Amino acid sequence: MSDDVDLSRRHFLGVATAVTGGVGAVFAAYPFLASWQPSARAQALGAPVEVDIGKLEPGAMMKVEWRGKPVWILRRTDVMQERVVESGDYLRDPDSEQPQQPEYATNEYRSIKPEVLVVVGSCTHLGCSPIERFDIAPADLGPDWEGGFYCPCHGSKFDLAGRVYKGVPAPLNLAVPPHRYLTDTVVLIGADSGVA
Amino acid sequence: MSNSTHEAGAAVTGRQSGFYAWINKRFPLDRMLKEHVTEYYAPKNLNWWYVFGFLSMLVLVIQLVTGIFLTMSYKPAAADAFASVEYIMRDVEWGWLLRYMHSTGASLFFVVVYIHMFRALMYGSYRSPRELLWVFGMFIYLALSAEAFFGYLLPWGQMSYWGAQVIVSLAGAIPMVGESLVEWVRGDFFISDITLNRFFALHVIAVPLVLIGLVVVHILALHQVGSNNPDGVEIKEKKGPDGKPLDGVPFHPYDTAKDLVAMIVFLIVFSAIVFFAPEMGGYFLEHANFEPADPLKTPEHIAPVWYFTPFYAVLRAVPDKLGGVILMGGAMLILFFLPWLDRSPVKSLRYRGWMSKTALAAFVVSFVALGFLGTQPATGMYTILARVFTVIYFGYFLLMPLYTKYDAVKPVPERVSHHG
Amino acid sequence: MGRKLIICWLALIPGLASAAGGAGYLQPVDVDISNEAALQRGSKYFVNYCLGCHSAKYVRYNRLALDLGLTEEQLTDNLMFTGERPFDTMDISMPAQEAANWFGRTPPDLSLVARARGESWIYSFLKSFYLDPSKPTGANNLVLSGASMPHVLWELQGTQRAIFREEIDSEGNSHEVFDRFEIVSPGSMDATQYDTMVRDLVTFLSYIGEPVQLERRALGIKVILFLLVFLLFAILLKKEIWKDVH
Repeated sequence: MSDDVDLSRRHFLGVATAVTGGVGAVFAAYPFLASWQPSARAQALGAPVEVDIGKLEPGAMMKVEWRGKPVWILRRTDVMQERVVESGDYLRDPDSEQPQQPEYATNEYRSIKPEVLVVVGSCTHLGCSPIERFDIAPADLGPDWEGGFYCPCHGSKFDLAGRVYKGVPAPLNLAVPPHRYLTDTVVLIGADSGVA
Repeated sequence: MSNSTHEAGAAVTGRQSGFYAWINKRFPLDRMLKEHVTEYYAPKNLNWWYVFGFLSMLVLVIQLVTGIFLTMSYKPAAADAFASVEYIMRDVEWGWLLRYMHSTGASLFFVVVYIHMFRALMYGSYRSPRELLWVFGMFIYLALSAEAFFGYLLPWGQMSYWGAQVIVSLAGAIPMVGESLVEWVRGDFFISDITLNRFFALHVIAVPLVLIGLVVVHILALHQVGSNNPDGVEIKEKKGPDGKPLDGVPFHPYDTAKDLVAMIVFLIVFSAIVFFAPEMGGYFLEHANFEPADPLKTPEHIAPVWYFTPFYAVLRAVPDKLGGVILMGGAMLILFFLPWLDRSPVKSLRYRGWMSKTALAAFVVSFVALGFLGTQPATGMYTILARVFTVIYFGYFLLMPLYTKYDAVKPVPERVSHHG
Repeated sequence: MGRKLIICWLALIPGLASAAGGAGYLQPVDVDISNEAALQRGSKYFVNYCLGCHSAKYVRYNRLALDLGLTEEQLTDNLMFTGERPFDTMDISMPAQEAANWFGRTPPDLSLVARARGESWIYSFLKSFYLDPSKPTGANNLVLSGASMPHVLWELQGTQRAIFREEIDSEGNSHEVFDRFEIVSPGSMDATQYDTMVRDLVTFLSYIGEPVQLERRALGIKVILFLLVFLLFAILLKKEIWKDVH
C-alpha cells in the first residue's frame, strides 16, 4: 500500500457501497417473495360465495366450499337455539371472547340470525373437518352429549354454536367466516361489506 | 463485496479463533477462500474485456433464480403452457418481472458469453497451458445452447413450436437413422405434449446441472493455470521473494471491486431492456410467440432467436440438407480445435502482425453478418452473401495454421504493461 | 422515448416489418396507453363490438377497473352485461367449434393481438375493409386479404370501395396496386370520428396486451436511478482500491 491512501475515505466508500448493495438486494428479493402471494386467479377462485338457504329445513345443515374449506350452514331448530343459550360450564369459551368471529357474530348465538349458524368446518386443533352429531346422548359420546360437532381425528367436541368443549385438544371455537345476507334467504360467504 | 472476507482471511493467518477456527478444523473454508479469492493472483493488467466471465456467472445466477420461481407457476403441458405464461404475466404478483428477467437474461447470457469468447480469441486465452480451460468453456457454450433451445419451446407460442419443429427435424438429415431419431427425440409423430414435457425436464433439471458442473470445472481449470492477460505474459514466471507473482494482484479486493462496477453497468443495461423494451423489437421476444402454438399453421416468417442465427445462416447457405447440417455442426465444433490450429509464437493480438488482426476482424464481421442474414429470408442476394461469409467464417479457422505461422510478430515484453 | 428510438432504429432493418405480418398497406399509428379517457372509450367499444365473438380470456374485469380508473359501479354498468363477476376474465360463452362453423375459423382471442400483430396492424386492419361481393361476408380487407371477419363496424364507418390502379414493374409485368378508398355510403361517424374510435380501440387492445406496461416503465426509472447511485459508489471504491496497484 502506498502512503497517499486515505484509509477513512476507503472505509467510507466500502461501507457506502456495501450498504447500497444490501438495500438493493433487499429490494431485489421482494418481487420474488411477493410472487408467492395468492395470485389474482387464486383470489378470483377464493372470491365470496353466494348461497341460497331458502330451502334449508330447520335442523338441516348444508356444506359449501369457500377458499378450499368447508363452510357449514346450519338452520337451528328452536330446541337447538335454547341449548345454545343455556350452554353450560363444559365450554372453554362460552362467551366467544376469543377473536374467532366477526363483531356481528359475537353474541350468544354466534350468528347474525339466531337460527342460522355459519362456521368454517375445520377443527381448530389440526384442521380436520369435524362431523355433525345432532343425536342426543349416543353411546360413543356419552349421556351428556346434547348434539354438536365431533372431530374424528383427535376427539375434539363443539356445541351447536361451534364452541369448543373443555378437556379436548382443540383450543378455540370454530371460526365464523365473514358473511352477510344479501336478501333474507341469500347469504354471501367471504365478504361482509362492499359489492360482491 | 465488502472487505470483510479479506480481513477475516488475513486475520486467521496468524491465529484462528472462535467459530471460524471451529469451522476450519472441519471444513477447508479458509483454505478455499485463500486459494480462490483472497490469494488467487490475477494479472494486474486485466482490462475491461475481462469482466465478461464474471458477468456470465451473474447471468447464470439470475437465470437460475428467476427460473426456479417461474417453475412455480408454469405448467409444462401443451394445453396449459401458453396460458400459464400469461397467468405469470398477469395474475402472479410480480410474475411479469420474473418472466422478463428470465427472457432478457437468456439473450444477454449469449451477449456476455460471445464477448467473453471474443476476448479469448483476441488475447489467445485458449493457448497452452489453457487448452483444457478453453475446451471446458466450449462445452459450457454447447450446454448453454441446448438450455436455450429447450427453454424456447416452453412458452408454447408459434415461434416456440415451429422453431423446435425445424431444429428437431435437422436430425432427420442423418442417413439411415435420421427419421427414427427425430421420432425418438419428440416421443411422438409431431412436437406434442410429451415433447414439451421432456424439454421442460431437460431445461429445468438436466442441463442446468450439467451447466453448473461445467462452470465449476471451468473455474477450477482457470485457477490451476491462472488468468491470461492482454499481453499474453505468464505472470507466474516472475515471482517476488514472497513467492507471489510480481505482476499479480489478489482477486479480492482488486478484481471484485472491478467486477462490481461491471455488474452494476450490466444491471443498468439489463434493467433498461427489462423495463423499457422487453421484446427488444421482436428479437428477444418474437411477435409470433404471442400466438399460441398451432401445429396446422406455420408463421409467415420464421427465424430462430438471434443468438442462433449465425449458425442458421450457415445451415441455409448449403443447398443440401445433410451438407447444411454437417456444416452448421462444424461451425460450432471447429471452435473446440482452436488451441491446436493457432501456431503463432505469441498469444496476444497486441504482438501479432496484420494477418492475424485482419483474420480476426474478418471473422467478427462474418459472424455478425451471418447473424443478420439468419434473420432474413433466404433469397437471392442474401443466399450468396451467406455463402461468402460462411467461407470467411471457416477460413478463419482452417487457414489459421498458415497465417499464424507466417505472420510477423512483435517482441513480447518480460513483464506486463500496466499504467497504474 | 427510449422505446420509440429503439423501434425506429429496428424499423430500419429490412424484413422486420414483415415479421409482424400484413401486406404492406400498414398505416403507422402511435397510441398512448396512459390516456385514461381513450382507454375507457376503447373498453366500451371493445365490449360492444368485439366481445360478442372475440374473447380476451386473460383479462380480468377488476384489473381493468383498477387500471382504467373505473369504480365498481361504472364497471358493472358499462362493461359487464352477461352476469359476470368482477374477478372473472373477459371470456365468451360461444363454443369454439360452433364459431368455427359460422365464420370459417374461430375468432381468435384478442388478449395478445396487439403484441402478436402490432398496433399499426390492428389500426390499419380496422380501417381497410372494402366492399367485395365475391366474398361470403361481402367485404374484403386490404391488410388481411380474404379475412373471414365481416366488417362489424360498417354502420359507423360506412362502406367503402377500394380503387386499384395498374402499375408496370421493372420487368414489364403489370400489377394491381391499391390506390385509395372511396366512400360508397357514409356511416354514422365521419372519417375523423371513426379514426378516433379505431385509435381508442387500438389503445385499449395495446393496454390489454400487457396491462403492466405503465407500471413497468415507472418502476424502471426508479431502478435505474438507484443503480446509478450504486454505480457512483462502486466506481469511487474501485478507483480507491486500485490506487495500491502500480
